[in-house]
Formats: sequence, structure tokens, C-alpha cells
Amino acid sequence: MIDEKDKIFTNLYGFRPWNLKEAKKRGDWDNTISLISKGKKFIIDEIKSSGLRGRGGAGFPTGVKWSFMPKKLTGKLHYLVVNADESEPGTCKDRDIIRNEPHKLLEGSIIASAAIGAQACYIYIRGEFVDERKILEAALEEAYSEGLVGKNACKTGLDIDIFIHRGAGAYICGEETALLESLEGKKGLPRLKPPFPATSGLFGCPTTVNNVESIAVVPEILRRGSDWFSSLGRPRNTGTKIFCISGHVNTPCNIEEEMGIPLKTLIEKYAGGVRGGWENLLAVIPGGSSVPLIPKNICDTVLMDFDSLAEVKSGLGTAAVIVMDKSTDLIRAISRISYFYKYESCGQCTPCREGTGWLWEMMEKMAKGSAKKKDIDILLNLTERIEGHTICALGDAAAWPIQGIIRHFRPYIEERIDNYKGDAV
Amino acid sequence: MVNIEIDGIDYEVEEGLALIQACEEAGIDIPRFCYHEKLSVAGNCRMCLVDVEDSRGLSPKPVASCAVQVSEGIKIYTKTERVKNAREGVMEFLLINHPLDCPICDQGGECDLQDQAMAFGHGESRFFDDKRAVENKGMGPFIKTEMTRCIHCTRCVRFSSEVSGNHEIGSIGRGNDMEITTYLNSSVESELSGNVIDLCPVGALTSRPYAFSARPWELKKTETIDVMDALGSNIRIDSKGLKVMRVLPRLNEEINEEWITDKTRFFWDGLSSQRIDNPYKRVGKKLVKTTWDDAIDLAKKNLISSKPEEIAAISGDLVPIESVYSLKKLLKGIKVKNYDCRQDGSKISGPRERWLFNSTISGIDESDGCLLIGTNPRKEAPLLNSRILRQSRNLSYPLGLIGAKCDLTYDYKLLGEDPKIVREILEGKNSFCDKLKLSKKPMMIIGQGALTGVKGSEFLDLCIELAYKFNFISNEWNGFNVLHTAASRAGAMSIDFIPEEDGKNTEEIINGCKAGLIKTIFLLGADELQLSDLDNCYVIYQGHHGDKGANNADLILPSAAFSEQNGLYMNTEGRVQESVRSVFPVGEAKEDWEIIRLISEALNLNSDFQTHEGLRNKIYKEYPNLNPFDDFQKNNPPEKKDNNDISGHKFSEAITNYWFTNSIARASANLSERNDYIQKRDN
Repeated sequence: MIDEKDKIFTNLYGFRPWNLKEAKKRGDWDNTISLISKGKKFIIDEIKSSGLRGRGGAGFPTGVKWSFMPKKLTGKLHYLVVNADESEPGTCKDRDIIRNEPHKLLEGSIIASAAIGAQACYIYIRGEFVDERKILEAALEEAYSEGLVGKNACKTGLDIDIFIHRGAGAYICGEETALLESLEGKKGLPRLKPPFPATSGLFGCPTTVNNVESIAVVPEILRRGSDWFSSLGRPRNTGTKIFCISGHVNTPCNIEEEMGIPLKTLIEKYAGGVRGGWENLLAVIPGGSSVPLIPKNICDTVLMDFDSLAEVKSGLGTAAVIVMDKSTDLIRAISRISYFYKYESCGQCTPCREGTGWLWEMMEKMAKGSAKKKDIDILLNLTERIEGHTICALGDAAAWPIQGIIRHFRPYIEERIDNYKGDAV
Repeated sequence: MVNIEIDGIDYEVEEGLALIQACEEAGIDIPRFCYHEKLSVAGNCRMCLVDVEDSRGLSPKPVASCAVQVSEGIKIYTKTERVKNAREGVMEFLLINHPLDCPICDQGGECDLQDQAMAFGHGESRFFDDKRAVENKGMGPFIKTEMTRCIHCTRCVRFSSEVSGNHEIGSIGRGNDMEITTYLNSSVESELSGNVIDLCPVGALTSRPYAFSARPWELKKTETIDVMDALGSNIRIDSKGLKVMRVLPRLNEEINEEWITDKTRFFWDGLSSQRIDNPYKRVGKKLVKTTWDDAIDLAKKNLISSKPEEIAAISGDLVPIESVYSLKKLLKGIKVKNYDCRQDGSKISGPRERWLFNSTISGIDESDGCLLIGTNPRKEAPLLNSRILRQSRNLSYPLGLIGAKCDLTYDYKLLGEDPKIVREILEGKNSFCDKLKLSKKPMMIIGQGALTGVKGSEFLDLCIELAYKFNFISNEWNGFNVLHTAASRAGAMSIDFIPEEDGKNTEEIINGCKAGLIKTIFLLGADELQLSDLDNCYVIYQGHHGDKGANNADLILPSAAFSEQNGLYMNTEGRVQESVRSVFPVGEAKEDWEIIRLISEALNLNSDFQTHEGLRNKIYKEYPNLNPFDDFQKNNPPEKKDNNDISGHKFSEAITNYWFTNSIARASANLSERNDYIQKRDN
């Protein structure tokens, strides 16, 4: 459980204005120069030892990612790209950060840019976030006029510009290399890795791509020290995290909590409990639509962090907790998720392009009950043939929810097939 | 070199190879659809997945072998269960939306998907839903689309942006709805567009003119060379019976790599229309059929009745070296000095380094700067243009054009149209000099349009002067290049088929005909001349198409086209290659050298060869560097001459209509349709 004093996003709910004056009262932009002037190595080491893992879903240690950037400039610019293309169904944390705490993001961007030697930072914001974009632009304007961003940013002697780029509403552009393609003005198709963005990213230059939340917590970690951050949570899963709780709960909300909080506590304490009581719970998708769901018996005890959820063959993802009570038609819900991945597949890799559509059609049949029982095995086999065989992780993301439901609710699917009486005329 | 292990066997391979290339060198076939050696790596078909083990252990998931380079000690496994499963999976996914229309698909028999489905597929389908259907796209008269068959490998998209440079083909839509299309279904305009037909691993893009006309296994395949431009692209002519059915490229890294131009690919229907299949003589205003005996007799009579200075000969753009050589022997025998192979009036002469592409075509890849002079390489040699395009991607590659503004598919600096700019650069008065100075291996490409004017010869000397001033010619580099447009030009030049001293050149011959100074003119396949009023002159035309030359002839001797006789051609870089007979000559037509030998015999001239082989040996003896089986030798730098006056010199256009540059192309309905298509759209 988190202490109020340990919360980083003190204005997550927007009870106070987002503007620079208020943000400064909350501690943003406080003596940023002293943080930056400690040097690149200090910042990167501090983030490394804080144990901050990327908040965008994959959970890659942020400090390690920064350390991949070339230490010296080689004639090429360095770029920081902030991924604000938050489109994972169930997730709305970045949106609230931008809406209510934009200066945390901007300050984090300046510090991170300084740490990796970037002269320019792009914030790629999801096209549908219209108001958020306006707020971010206004905040950026404020920061520029106070000399916090731009030439001699924060009086550090560094020139760091921040640009806001609007996406056009494709889920795949949230994948870091597709985002870079999109930023370059091309079709958002994920790139082959290697080369990783740290060697050849935006416009062929060394680039680091980070999630909004990862960047926004950086100033606070540096101010309070990595020890403070790593003292929160569990080993390898340190710090605080914004959880987005939605679905069949009484009060859906975003809440900043310590990593490793029990799922049950999270739902009961902050989201007003499951609709109809904990016993009415059917399953939870713990990390955004792309991770496998977990049934109630696992939800009873599971802790919310990367490693605990991986142990139960799910994942923390973006920490978007989607709660489903017993009124849910689970198969149809997963089928809808399959449709989402079919719709959002970029069409590059064969398994994902062809496979996601097939998965969806199979899931539709499962939802109706018109499938045959052997189709369940075929479906499982298909997901295995997509998983790991594509350039980016969208193929995996399409496969996992289906693997999850078959793993935990196979009898439920079989029952539906048994009860199928044919199409109503 | 790095040491790798493939399926438990050690190999040593070159550094920088992709895993798929390394496996190929080791003789292990990795299935692939999107990967193509000449295009960028897309890595999207996922068919080439293999397991890889390095110092960190076995890869957590199979990797795309096209996208990973070999490294020391890497172990590749191509036969594991995981790899087999991955390939089967990809194949199954590819097939679920691929129509089962192989029996009516032109790709059948040479389809990558068919072959690989047999080799790596599962053998049965688990897909019982509706297949995707995609509307066909209009890509012009050459490319037939059947987009339901498309497997989205994006080879065509990459080709159009990387090789042809037009960016005409792209993809729209996402996921399963992704479609390959041109912008608003417009026709593709590139001169290299036909290559996407070869690139397409399935039957989505096929040849429209060839559609439904043959199956690959019924065709006789002849490996030969192309004569549509002066590059001598290596091609394969596929024929069925007496008919040429299609033309495909052959790999030759030095010349055409894997590509051919659309003109080369689609001219073949021209080989069976407008053909001269019988000797003809003019009786009154009409041409009437006659026999070979009569025709040879007529030729003899006319050649005897005129004085040597009243006889002239011009050779055309498509004739092989043997024909020109035997004609030259004949003319020498009757002491004629008026002969020329430069139909367009080009003023090239002298030793071969003065009129060849000295840097060689593949040398373009080494160059670090380019100055185009009076040329439009996109029209004159589209494949060469594609190589320049590739170099021009290098940001520090200076690229200038002296000549008319044109769309070359890449950016260049237009220096102006006046030939005098060459002098400006020579004197260091042009801003382009600064860039040229930095280049270590720049090349200049002089088009025929720059050499046809009054001071063509002096202009060539001026260019040589310029070449020495900058690094165009240095100890290890010779970037002085003349680009030809006619396939036989370099060959005919190398056996000196240009007027002897006090002989007449093309222009003087034609004027002489009009003025009555020339009584008999022998045209060896010469069709690019203005021949309208040659009434006072007896015109003997030997050729294969009823084109300009034949229309004005008094006597027509039907000969074989390049595809119907063996012959030697020298390309613009001086490389001699052999063209091989793929079908037999039509009707009564004979091979060129045979006809000329018949005339020689009738004139009682000693021709010391009885066979084609004998003729060739004679040529090799007299011109040792014409043997195609010898190694290709690079040229010495040309000799420099100072103080060249080029006042009054002007450039002309070497090619006005790309599609109609020779008699075969003009007879081709395919090429006409393509030409009309663009014109109709533009109007």
C-alpha cells in the first residue's frame, strides 16, 4: 500500500489546474538545472539503480535502454521520442498524465534528452487525444516562454527542443519502430530489429523511445533519489505505477499505487469492488487487452507486477485492469478483442495479417457455439503459429487473449458448442 | 570471412552476408517470398525463419534469416521442428486467402507459392471460411493484375521505389485489407515496370500481352542478348514452334543485373508482324515478289553499272558485327569508299576509347559523381539510369546535366542546355566545379545527342579535355563515357565501318543521293534515315521489317532478325556478346552474311569463308578484341587534344519516342498500345 507522500502524480485527477504556476507549486521544474548538471552518467545510473521498468507494456528497464545510446555524438543527432500513442484498450494513464500533469512529462523529457544527449524530443500523441494535445501544446508554450525548453533549456546550456506530433489513429503506431516510421511521414509499419532504435532510429539517428509514464516519473526519481523509488514495490518490480481499473467495478478509476499490490486489494480499495461483490468476479484482464486473462481463483492472490503476473502466464502490460463479472459473455468479449487485432494489424507479416482475421472468424464461431470441438485445438495451434513469428508483438498480442481463454475456460467454450442448436431462422 | 555452422556442418562464408545468403552458398534452400537480393530487406513474409544459436544461446524465437547477418561462430538450424512448424504455419496462412486457381493462372509452373507449398506446406487445409477477394487494379497495358492472388510480399513496391525510382506502386489499407495498387489505379509509367512481373512470386502481376498464350514447360528457352538498346542486356527468349512467346531477363551483374526494360520485354510481337518474307523488286510504282536468283542478279547489275564513287552503303542499328563485316568486305572488293554505320549523324571516330563507355556499366557503382552531357539516360538506357539512381541516393553525389531538362526519376542539377557550359566548367567558371573537384571517381556520360551536331567531333575532344582537367580520368579510374543508343553501333565502329578517306558519311551520302551523285545505295537494315526523295537512286534494302527503309527500296532482300541468326554485338562499354538464334527466319528470309556472300559470289569477289564459323574466325583474326569468349578488357584513356572550337554546336535529342526506336519496336503492337495509352491519357 502506498503512502500519500510517496505518490508522484499528485494532480492525477486534475483537482488543481495543470498550468506551470500550479505545477511549480507541486514541485515540477524545481531546480531542474541541478539534476541535469550532475551529468549524463549520474542520471542514467540513478535511473538504472531505481529499477524503473518501462511503463509502456514490455517492462524493459528504462536506465538500461538509455545506456544503449552512443555515449558520444558522432555527427548524427540524437533523438528522444515520447510515445503518447496510448491505444491499448483499457488503458488511459498517459492521457491523464498529459491532461493534468503535462509539466511532469515535459520536465522528464528535458532531463531524459539531456541524459541521452538528444537535441530534439518528439512527443507522438495519439490523434484522438484532441484536448490533451491542446493542453500539452499550451504547457509547452509556457515552458518555452519561461526558457525551460528550447535554447539553453533550464539555463543548462543545452539546446533541447520539444515537438508535438499528432498520430492519425492507428494502434500499430504505438509500436516503437512503427511510431518512428510514422514520425518520418511513412506508413506505420514496424521495422525489423536489429538495428535497434538506439543505433538507428528516427531518420537513421540514435533514438530512444519511451512511454509517457516512464518519462514523467524521471524528475521525481532524481529528486527523491533512486533509493526511495527502489524501496517501493518488490525487487525487480520497483516504484509506483498508475493502474487503470475498468469494467465491472463500482467505481472505475486511475490510481497510482505501489507495484506488487494484490489485485484484490486494488479492486476492492480503489474501484469500489467488483459489481455484485468479489464472488461475482469471473475473470480479469490485468494488463490491457493484449495479455491473457486470469480467472477468479488466480485473481484472489495474484500480485500486480511484471514478474508475479508472468508467473501466472499473464502480464502486467500497461496495468490496465479490465474486470469482468459473471454477467460477461467471456467468449464474445475475447472475440471482440480478436476483431480489434484483426482491424489493427498493419498487414506486413503473413502470420499476423492472415492469422488475425482467421482467429477472429474462429472466435466468432466459438462465441456462437457453431464451431466444432476440434476447432478449439486448431485455434490454439493457430495462435502458436502466429506467436513469435512476426516482426513486432502485435501478433503475440492477438494470440495471447485467445490462449488465455482456452487455458482457463475451455469447458465453458465446449459447453457453448454442446448447447448450440443451430442458427435461428 | 567468418566461420559459421549450418545444420551441424561448418562453413566459411563472407562477412556481411545475410543468413539466407549464407545458407544458399552452402546449398541449403531457404524458402522465401519477400526477400530478393536486389531489393531492400522487408522481412515480412516470415517464410525464411530459422533457428539461430550464438554465444547467448538459442534464440528465444525463430529469426528471419533474410534480416540477420552472419557473425563469427553463429549456428543456424534449418531443419528443427520449430522451423518446420513455423514454415508450415506461414504457408498455411498464405494459402488461406490465396485462390485455388492455379489451372487458369499464368504463373502456374513457375510459381514460388506452388513450389514452396509443395516443399514446405502441410498438404491439407483447415480453413473453411470465406476467402478474401480483392478488386483488380489497372496498371496499364503491360501488367495484368489479379490482386486476389497477392501475398503482400511488397517486392513490387520496393522495386518501384528503389530500382525504377518512380514510386508508382504502393500499398493502401491495413492488415487483411492491405492492397497493392498504383495511385488511383493509374497506369505505371516506368520503363522498367515489367520487372515486377518477374518479381511477383505469385500470379498477382502477370504479363498482359503474354496472358494465356503458353505454359512455361512448353517453351524452348534460348539464352541470348537484347538489341533494343546498346547495353546488351542478357535475356532469355522463350519460343514455341516458330514464334517468340516472351522475353525474360537473365542475371548479369555487369550489365543488367536482373532487370530488363519494358521495350525489351514486350517487343516480341514485333518479330511476327510487318516481316519481309520474300525478295521484292520495284516494278513501276509497285513492289512485286521475285525469286532470290533474280534479286541477287538485280543487285549485281546495279552494283556493276555504277562507278565505285557512285555507290554507298549504310548499316543499321540492329545488325550483328558479322553482317557489317561481310558488307565491308564486299564494298572493299568493289572499291567503294562511301559507307557509314552512324545513321544518326554522330561524329564519333578514332580509337575505341573515344567512343565507348570506359568506366563500364558496373563501374557506375564505384563512381562518386556524375556529369550527364546531352543525354537522357532514362530514354537511352533505362537500366543504366537505374544504376545512376542508386548512386544518387548518396547525399554527397554531385549530379549535373548539361542538356534539355527531363525527368530522370532522381534529382540532379540542371546546368543548362548550351554545349558551351562544358567550356565554362573546364575554365572553372561554373559552380558545379566546386563539387566536381571533391570527387575522386566522377564519370561523364556523353549522349549521342551531344555528338550529332556540326561540331560533334570537336565537342568530343572538348569533353576529353574536361575529363583530364578533373578526376574523370586518373591513373586508376577512367570515367570518360559515351553512351550509345544503337545495339550495333559500337560493333560496327570497332570494325571501322566509317567512310574511308575522301569517302562520304551518312549525311553526305543522303545528300548525294538527292543530288544524283550516288546512283546505288545499299541499306543494311538502315531504317532511321530520311529517305523520302531518293528517286534518282537505286535503293537496295536488306532487312527484316517492312519499315522506312523497305518502303523506299527498289530491291528488298529479306534477312533474319537478331533472334533468328547467331551474331556478335558489342555493347556500349565495348563488351562483345553473342546473340543466339532462337527461332528460324520467316519465309524465304536468309541470314545477313549469307545474302552478302551470294552477292559477292555473283560479283566474282573472292570471299574466303564458306560458313558462319569461317566468317567469325576471319573476324577474330583481323580484330582480336572482338572475340566474345575472351576476357573483357578495359580501355586506355583517350588521347587529349587542346583548343577545341565548338562555336555553333548544338545538342539534339537522341531519342524522341522511347517506344519506337527501331523497326522491330515500331512493328510491335504491344509497344504501340503502351505509347497510345500514355498519349491518350495525356490528351
